[in-house]
Amino acid sequence: MLDILIIGSGGAGLSSALTAKESGATVLVVGKSYPTASQTSMAQGGINASLGNVTPDSTQAHIDDTIKSAHQLCDKSMVKKLCEDAPKSITWLEKLGVPFDRTPNNQVAQRQLGGASSKRACYAQDYTGLKILHTLYDNALKEGIEMIEEHFLLNLITEDQLVLGATFLDIISGEIKEIRAKTTIIATGGYAGLYKGFTTNSEGATGDGIASVLRAGGKISDMEFVQFHPTALKSSSTLISESARGEGGYLVNSKNERFVDELLPRDVVARAISLQVANGEEVFLDLRHLGEEKLLHLMPQEVRLCRLYENVDPIKELVPIKPVAHYSMGGIDVNRKLEVTGLKNCYAIGECSNAKIHGANRLGGNSLLEIISMGREAGRNAVRCTSSQQTNNSDTQQLQQDQAYIESLFEEYPWERNFYQIQYELGHKFYKYAGIVRDNTQLNNLLNELRVIKADLDNMGIGDKNRTNNTNLVEFLQFQNSLEIGEVLLDSALVRDESRGAHYKEAFPNKDDKLYKVNSLYWIEDEVLQNKLVKVVE
Amino acid sequence: MQRDLRIAINRDGKIEYFGVPEEKTTLLNALYYIKNNSDNSLTFSSSCRSGVCGTCAVRVNGKEVLACSYNFKEDDRIEPLAYHEVQRDLKVNKQKVRETLKKSTAWLQSHQEAIIGEKEVQLTEKQSECILCDSCYSSCPVLEVNPDFMGPFALTRAYRYSADPREGDIKATIDTIQTNGIWDCTLCGNCTEVCPQGIDPKMDITLLRSIASQFGYSDPNFQAMDFGFGGGF
Repeated sequence: MLDILIIGSGGAGLSSALTAKESGATVLVVGKSYPTASQTSMAQGGINASLGNVTPDSTQAHIDDTIKSAHQLCDKSMVKKLCEDAPKSITWLEKLGVPFDRTPNNQVAQRQLGGASSKRACYAQDYTGLKILHTLYDNALKEGIEMIEEHFLLNLITEDQLVLGATFLDIISGEIKEIRAKTTIIATGGYAGLYKGFTTNSEGATGDGIASVLRAGGKISDMEFVQFHPTALKSSSTLISESARGEGGYLVNSKNERFVDELLPRDVVARAISLQVANGEEVFLDLRHLGEEKLLHLMPQEVRLCRLYENVDPIKELVPIKPVAHYSMGGIDVNRKLEVTGLKNCYAIGECSNAKIHGANRLGGNSLLEIISMGREAGRNAVRCTSSQQTNNSDTQQLQQDQAYIESLFEEYPWERNFYQIQYELGHKFYKYAGIVRDNTQLNNLLNELRVIKADLDNMGIGDKNRTNNTNLVEFLQFQNSLEIGEVLLDSALVRDESRGAHYKEAFPNKDDKLYKVNSLYWIEDEVLQNKLVKVVE
Repeated sequence: MQRDLRIAINRDGKIEYFGVPEEKTTLLNALYYIKNNSDNSLTFSSSCRSGVCGTCAVRVNGKEVLACSYNFKEDDRIEPLAYHEVQRDLKVNKQKVRETLKKSTAWLQSHQEAIIGEKEVQLTEKQSECILCDSCYSSCPVLEVNPDFMGPFALTRAYRYSADPREGDIKATIDTIQTNGIWDCTLCGNCTEVCPQGIDPKMDITLLRSIASQFGYSDPNFQAMDFGFGGGF
């Protein structure tokens, strides 16, 4: 039997696969797209490690910055673990062949990102995620790691909370399959994609793994915390990396006035921009003073994106921007070993997990670090887990159930309502009402609307009735996942009557540690969504 | 007033025409517009919408582009990538083509400690920006006659690691790219022309040939042309 099933083939999944394989375990990586198409490729700015190659730095300073930005919602021991491991993660990546930029002294170059007290982010121009991901992929090929593409996760197979594997839709053939393993690692990415049209994320960031845990009876947490990146291109929502400000770029309004310290954490800068927009101002990123040579050398991708998607040349012109949904801090609730709360033999890593590292607001450069560091950690832990609890269960109930459901989509669903249109409308409403500044009445209205949409799913379905290569089917399944996730996001945002990090309510503008220094936990019991506020682990 | 532009899509060998509002600037937006509004069964691949995931490459009027990075025009003819198995409409099987990365063994063969400076990073800065969109592979005429040719991206990647100071065994890579590899390229430069990242596989292959010659390899085509006159013309 397969030792470790890894669902998701981005940076987190590949890091855990390489590490588990090193220990002799059999691993299989299954993803809905090709590994190199994952969200990791879009990470631009850098990966944090307190190497101190450019300015003095220390592990403690990295820990302090991360905790400060998390606004007390983190588990300090997890933050410590991550920051202490960071230099080792860089060494590991260097050994695999990642081409990090260098200082004149031949050391790994580091740049400033927001909320950091030192130049801490190691980078490869503004293609850091791309180059890390492709190097991991090349190494996975080298090590003969089996990777299966175009398999869409449907459900976890469980018996008394023990995870036995998962069911998948083989997108190419249209078959529903099960893959069983002694241990399962979920590395399926975040859910900022539900802000459709107002997100830097790819089409597939629909929280598939998180929704599967919820349906399997596991717990998810802190879903109200979604980070808005201050600088996305105004017309296309394309990400312009924080390194643009780290290297000295300004934010200015229509009067050409700077209105915020550009290097404050993302939540603060996003709110400052939002306030300008509310006051009728347009907001721009000004990179002109950095000069052509520096821009083309350090940010070739940003220059290309500005020209292509906004039709402006950042070397000579102001770049119109807006803040959009970028990263989900909440996700599958895990313990310090990265095991999923409420399930057994199951781990979650990367953006889909809530390892209590980023808390209420993630620092730039910590997400790439998390996928590498925690990816490797889960790989090590999962190897130990494969020798523990086992079962010989061969019941195919989940498989049959999923086959029957997919069949019904082909046979019974009428396709009376166009879900694509609803998805776009919902994305816009999430941005407006569950975005940077929130209000209970609006959140409540949106939650009611979302529940009506959920109840109306029977009138939607798929227009494409071909069994093979059916991307219409995949997109409908993703839409359903984002509805399940969206419901929890809105409910948890309603419950939290305070402002903390990325979650901001005008009516409750301050932090309320007495009531809300808590993680908000959600799970399904007897088919009903349950929740509980749990004091943060000290 | 808003005007519809007409584009032609090759769907499994049949050309179908669709009208798309002019404002949907990128081809990818146009494809989504069609799928979301007029034909749910139109099938294509995409992910990041910003030119970095390599998923959405297609051919427009015979030339490879990323759908997310190309602004479509009236009467554009859209087709799937060449030399890939077409799964449906514009969606192709990239899995088989990825096998070329294993054949070219494009990774660090044997890691060695090395001092890396700014100059060394710059040597392979471009090559390591490859997004594996397969545009170069689709544009390569050698594949028409030799389907086993490794193709441009696998060779560029082999060069990217061979030129890395951390590589302790360059010869291992050079050995694996002899057959169906560097000498099969005709240096036509199509790959360089279509690469959305500005990578120059033709130059990388030329550089690999030069490294190969240092290990005693020579152009087998050239040898084949030697009719006993000792080469040298």
